[in-house]
Amino acid sequence: MQRKPSHLENHFELFGLAPRYALDEATLDRAWREIQSQVHPDRHVGASDAERRASMQRTTQVNEAYRVLKDPLERAAYLLALRGIDPKFETDTGMPREFLMRQMDFREALDDASKAADEAALERLHVRLDVETLAVRNSLATLIDGESEPGAAVSAVRELMFLQKLAHDVERAFEALEA
Amino acid sequence: MALFQISEPGESPAPHERRSAIGIDLGTTNSLVATVRSGTAAVLADEQGRSLLPSVVRYLPDGRTEVGFLAQAHQTADPRNTIVSVKRFMGRGLKDVAHAENTPYDFVDEPGMVRLRTVAGVKSPVEVSAEILRVLRARAEASLGIADGESLYGAVITVPAYFDDAQRQATKDAGRLAGLNVMRLLNEPTAAAIAYGLDNGSEGIYAVYDLGGGTFDLSILRLSKGLFEVIATSGDAALGGDDFDQRILCWIIEEAGLGPLDPRDMRLLLVKAREAKEYLTYHAEAPLAARLSTGEWFELTLTSEKFSEITAHLVQKTLGPTRGALRAAGLNVEDVKGVVMVGGATRMPQIQRAVADLFRRDPLNNLDPDKVVALGAAMQANVLAGNRAQGEDWLLLDVIPLSLGVETMGGLVERIVPRNSTIPVARAQEFTTFKDGQTGMSFHVVQGERELVADCRSLARFELTGIPPMAAGAARVRVAYQVDADGLLSVSATETSTGARASVAVKPSYGLTDGEIERMLRDSFEHARDDMHARALAEHRVEGERLLVALSAALDADGALLEAPERAALDGQVALLETALAGHDARAIRQATDALNRASETFAGRRMDAGVRRALAGHNIRSLEL
Repeated sequence: MQRKPSHLENHFELFGLAPRYALDEATLDRAWREIQSQVHPDRHVGASDAERRASMQRTTQVNEAYRVLKDPLERAAYLLALRGIDPKFETDTGMPREFLMRQMDFREALDDASKAADEAALERLHVRLDVETLAVRNSLATLIDGESEPGAAVSAVRELMFLQKLAHDVERAFEALEA
Repeated sequence: MALFQISEPGESPAPHERRSAIGIDLGTTNSLVATVRSGTAAVLADEQGRSLLPSVVRYLPDGRTEVGFLAQAHQTADPRNTIVSVKRFMGRGLKDVAHAENTPYDFVDEPGMVRLRTVAGVKSPVEVSAEILRVLRARAEASLGIADGESLYGAVITVPAYFDDAQRQATKDAGRLAGLNVMRLLNEPTAAAIAYGLDNGSEGIYAVYDLGGGTFDLSILRLSKGLFEVIATSGDAALGGDDFDQRILCWIIEEAGLGPLDPRDMRLLLVKAREAKEYLTYHAEAPLAARLSTGEWFELTLTSEKFSEITAHLVQKTLGPTRGALRAAGLNVEDVKGVVMVGGATRMPQIQRAVADLFRRDPLNNLDPDKVVALGAAMQANVLAGNRAQGEDWLLLDVIPLSLGVETMGGLVERIVPRNSTIPVARAQEFTTFKDGQTGMSFHVVQGERELVADCRSLARFELTGIPPMAAGAARVRVAYQVDADGLLSVSATETSTGARASVAVKPSYGLTDGEIERMLRDSFEHARDDMHARALAEHRVEGERLLVALSAALDADGALLEAPERAALDGQVALLETALAGHDARAIRQATDALNRASETFAGRRMDAGVRRALAGHNIRSLEL
């Protein structure tokens, strides 16, 4: 708890990575696994209580950092936060009208598919969502790493948030269908 | 090439110091114990050469118990005092127990966990499970040649991946009650994947379909050299082979037009149903005949088609979670390289067909589905005990099966830790007061995927008091969830906006208080005429000595991380503990152990940092090589 902040506190530095949106997942995965192999509680079963506690705290922190960097949305938000920008509260950047229309369209389609218990339609929505999400992610790399004016990056992050929420609701609909 | 180059952590003992570690599959129907000897995992058999121990416990009027085959032989004659499938009741309230009306037990509905009234008194499912674990422990000690007064180094006990926090805690309590040092709770499908993966040198994405006596799990793992990584897990903690027996039982009652049954006839029919189910694995039809205590006689034939028909919905119930786990992992069936079948119930042909249809490939059946879990648990126990050899080292990364949340306004669940998070994991959420001058807040911790609290499992309720009076919305209460490597949760709440900290830590315990465990431990030692004080002294001494050994190994490896004055201070605490260990004062030993643990915290933290740096250094070197 009272650990002094060190260079190991920053998610990117923890894994020896440059703070960029575009990252090599294989490098991240490898660094995560190698750190786990040193700090994981399974490596410290016979150790002192203090060391087992330290192992659990460190592994917990490593897992959290990995989760954030691995998730395209969280990684973007984290990078913006490192630059002092909180995308959730940047309310002055309204969403593009065209994006909002597509969202509404999506919601309606999801509603219809759920009501009709149409699994094939849900599957189509799932794929469409994947495609859109990928497009936004790709644009984020340019927007964030290009060090351009942050407004566009914030807007893209917010788009990604909307899409993620939708993906969650699609998953819910699948579950409801199977229950 | 080994993926991991392991240096010090978990100091490998010298060859003559191999630590005896066991893996236990505490099953609904049968339990097993296994260990690794000369590099090979093997299931340990009893004196008659039988490796399965039926998970059946019979209580006798004088307080003695029969466990296993003997108890099983008496189950029809003494159904009320003979507990079968106790795993179904672990960490469960009476309302959660499926088919309670179809069991012969005298249930006592208590908050948290149901109890069973027997001729030897009211028993908790934890106590019943501990009886089974004690028999397995004795079997292992005899088989490993562990002398009286010495003990096993530790055990890994498996649990269904889909077990919630209450069920896990109950299992760990049972281990503790049986006198085992539970090094880890391991998910059953993960254990099976270890045994299968190490046996076949498998790499890639694998699914484990585990249908046991009372539980269903589906886990998806990524296997690579040196690493078992669980990506997603799903299942149903109340679905298993027993439900297929129940279906046959209902079919018999209907077909033969039987009236209300007494407990003995009920048990008799269940035994017949199970026999028919097993017979149908290798035959097209099964004969069913029996005479009831009423004198009624029935004779029926159950065909394989009929059996498939009356159990089709049960088979379907396993496919939903299977598809769900694939979606959660972001994978399609084509990505899965193999499906490992685990659990005796997967022998049923309709299960094999359904799995083959879904994955469009033949499932893998080359390991004994009854033994594979125990074997994997033994392998993990061996690694955790530090008995691993250079080059055959691996690490296991598992996930939490069910989301953890907290109740918010209107009976809704706010999710704090999502399912399929890699453990250990910690997440926190901030809440605030809604009334001026509010000094207390109450929290309700729940587990499950549904939006409404009423549809989730309630784990704990607690109250945070002593919040300084402030305007509504000004207080900042941080609720932190920590899930450890066993998948067990602890929760804390802290008011952080003022200097004054109010804090509370909760460890959900589900009806079993520490006091209750103490009592059960005392009861179980009465027969052994164990002296509690001598026992406490011995336990504290073992703890203290373990700490000295562990710390001295750590100092040998990483002593350079300490400045001279820091080292001197630590050595001073070591000397104090050594002095205490030379005496006979249990409390003094305990206090010196605690003090040394506290004094070594800084050192422990630095060792972790050093581990991270070591990992990164190795990683950079390899990156340069590429």
